[in-house]
Amino acid sequence: MSMTDTLIETPADVQQMNMIQAINSAMDVMMDRDPTVVVMGEDVGFFGGVFRATAGLQAKHGKNRVFDTPITECGIIGVAVGMGAYGLRPVPEIQFADYIYPALDQLVSEAARLRYRSAGEFIAPMTVRSPFGGGIFGGQTHSQSPEGIFTHCSGIKTVIPSTPYDAKGLLIAAIEDNDPTIFFEPKRIYNGPFDGHYDTPAKSWAGHADAQVPAGYYRIPLGKARIAREGQALTILCYGTMVHVVENTVAAHGVDAEIIDLRSLVPLDIDTIEESVRKTGRCLIVHEATRTSGFGAELLAQVQERCFYHLEAPIERVTGFDTPYPHSLEWAYFPGPVRIREAINKIMKD
Amino acid sequence: MSDPIGSGVTEGQAGRNLPPLRLHVPEPPARPGESADFTHFDIPAADAAPRPDETAQPGDMRDLAYGLVRVLDEDGAAVGAWNPKLPPETHLRMLRYMALTRAFDARMFRAQRQGKTSFYMKSTGEEAVSIGAALALARDDMCFPSYRQQGILLARDWPLVDMMNQIYSNTGDRLKGRQLPIMYSAREAGFFSISGNLTTQYPQAVGWAMASAARGDTRIAATWCGEGSTAEGDFHSACTFASVYRAPVIMNVVNNQWAISSFSGFAGAEATTFAARAVGYGIAGLRVDGNDILAVYAATRWAADRARANGGPTLIEHFTYRVEGHSTSDDPTAYRSAEESSLWPLGDPIARLKAHCITLGIWDEDRHAAMDKELAELVRDAAREAEKNGILGHGLHHPMESMFEDVFEEMPWHLKEQQQQMLDEWKAAGL
Repeated sequence: MSMTDTLIETPADVQQMNMIQAINSAMDVMMDRDPTVVVMGEDVGFFGGVFRATAGLQAKHGKNRVFDTPITECGIIGVAVGMGAYGLRPVPEIQFADYIYPALDQLVSEAARLRYRSAGEFIAPMTVRSPFGGGIFGGQTHSQSPEGIFTHCSGIKTVIPSTPYDAKGLLIAAIEDNDPTIFFEPKRIYNGPFDGHYDTPAKSWAGHADAQVPAGYYRIPLGKARIAREGQALTILCYGTMVHVVENTVAAHGVDAEIIDLRSLVPLDIDTIEESVRKTGRCLIVHEATRTSGFGAELLAQVQERCFYHLEAPIERVTGFDTPYPHSLEWAYFPGPVRIREAINKIMKD
Repeated sequence: MSDPIGSGVTEGQAGRNLPPLRLHVPEPPARPGESADFTHFDIPAADAAPRPDETAQPGDMRDLAYGLVRVLDEDGAAVGAWNPKLPPETHLRMLRYMALTRAFDARMFRAQRQGKTSFYMKSTGEEAVSIGAALALARDDMCFPSYRQQGILLARDWPLVDMMNQIYSNTGDRLKGRQLPIMYSAREAGFFSISGNLTTQYPQAVGWAMASAARGDTRIAATWCGEGSTAEGDFHSACTFASVYRAPVIMNVVNNQWAISSFSGFAGAEATTFAARAVGYGIAGLRVDGNDILAVYAATRWAADRARANGGPTLIEHFTYRVEGHSTSDDPTAYRSAEESSLWPLGDPIARLKAHCITLGIWDEDRHAAMDKELAELVRDAAREAEKNGILGHGLHHPMESMFEDVFEEMPWHLKEQQQQMLDEWKAAGL
């Protein structure tokens, strides 16, 4: 697909939105444009979702297209596979990414493999939305970042936005995409960007440039990263909540880092990564997910394979620890400003 | 008392006047070398089951989940309220499709033994389950089968050569050699891509049916699984969804008594019937003599009419027997009594319909023998045709680079890179 960032709306249609509103708007726009789009999940109908992401959609588009489901993630995704085979374009919500495991067989063995095993006779054009990540005192069952499980599986795309503008444009692209897509929403930044300092008052998206969102249709192509900050000293690869934590840490630290918001892990924008690391010669990878076999390991391998002779220092990773996500010790687990700063210092020392 | 596993439990129990707990691990009635005994089977008379109206409330027809819907009696007569009273030509079509399925299975099983493919699964003894259902459904109703419903494709007149190309994974295989043999996919025949992971098709069928209902369509869905895999969570998720949204779907449980080497007791058959699973979900449940094709047809037609009238889902247990091994990969004489299939009290589905047709005066032994001979030749000729496209492991397969196609709609860079690397490596190796 050759897609560009196409703004169809005039600037007058641009509105201030938080990430929830942007995601809601993406589904609303797509349900207006495409009668085959259906939204389903636990509590998504009349109530509008536990995070309000589907608020108002059932009232506007009807119960045949926006409906509550039984509490069985296996059933939700299995039903979405069948609806896709019929010709619908389902957008199921898994209430928390931590609840996605019962659906794993339907996602990995069915949705992700259907096109391949039927040689294109049947496809699963679903977009699975799910809030993920920590920073909200959710404990180990409301904080996980399981993106690495899906990037490891062939046949499924994994997309993670970091701003309201990106959330809407990427979600529209994911819904229009004919392959199954996991769309992980960083719930810590639903209502405002997070600088990593949990003990300071939470910010809202009000006034943020990336919270200016067109009311209508636009799309951001899957597989195209965003350079969140241009710089010369080192490259920092990150996505979701960590983009904001990294931005603030870099600003506070006064280092001239190039910050790349990956947006999409599969497909990955390897060209942007390679170009940046070849320029800076240093690379730091930051994600909230556990370290071993995390997506950072793949990024590290790719950078090593492609940029080895341009590197001035070993590639570093700042990640969640290989423990369950703790409750009271959340801020010791979270890869926050202290750990990011230490890693930057280590890389820049060489 | 000694405590060999050191749990401390026996010590703690000392002085407590309670019986020790016992774990029940089911055991089939007969193992190899033992005599099969089906005298304990409670087989109701062929005309015993009442036939409720298609609009009946599930709660008013619960007995049917514990009884047995039958039509053909012991004398080969069609009796009772479920008799579909089909015209003679339909009987003969049923007979022919069942015999074709058996002939196809025989040929392909032999092809596997001859090393022409890796795997095969026969449906011997269960032909009525697929053929009866396929003929009772509309041609455009959507089927989400398990791996032993090849009869559906045959009853929908899908080309034998196409099925065999898939079994041989050859250059003519529309699925490009990607799937284990018999994991067909035939969208034009309303036949969903078969998964090797069990019962995943159940919620998918319900989802298809929900979509059909939500769009105001008139087509319904049907799905099949074995009794063993009713234990999967997908089965129960599907039943819940089907019940909640009153989906126009027929959920078939083929109770052929054996899940590889595990008898039906490991799926709960000692405690209740599989049709009785419907009771807890408030779904209409029917338990049917799966070796009686007229009963299978009648039950499927009842469920289809019910679904089309927005009466919701039906769960049908087809009580049958898996005459052969699970697949070409297991030897059933290693885990069950060799006598079982010959003593199966509900007989053989082809023999029973044949006897009925002879009783009706529309068929005879000579014509049956001639049909079997003709079908064997038909299947043989198709196999020869398919083998021109290659057999597994003899080089006639789709090109190597096709491995990377259809993972996504458009091939992303990392797959292109891996594809090129593979080709370069083979080229460098001089292959």
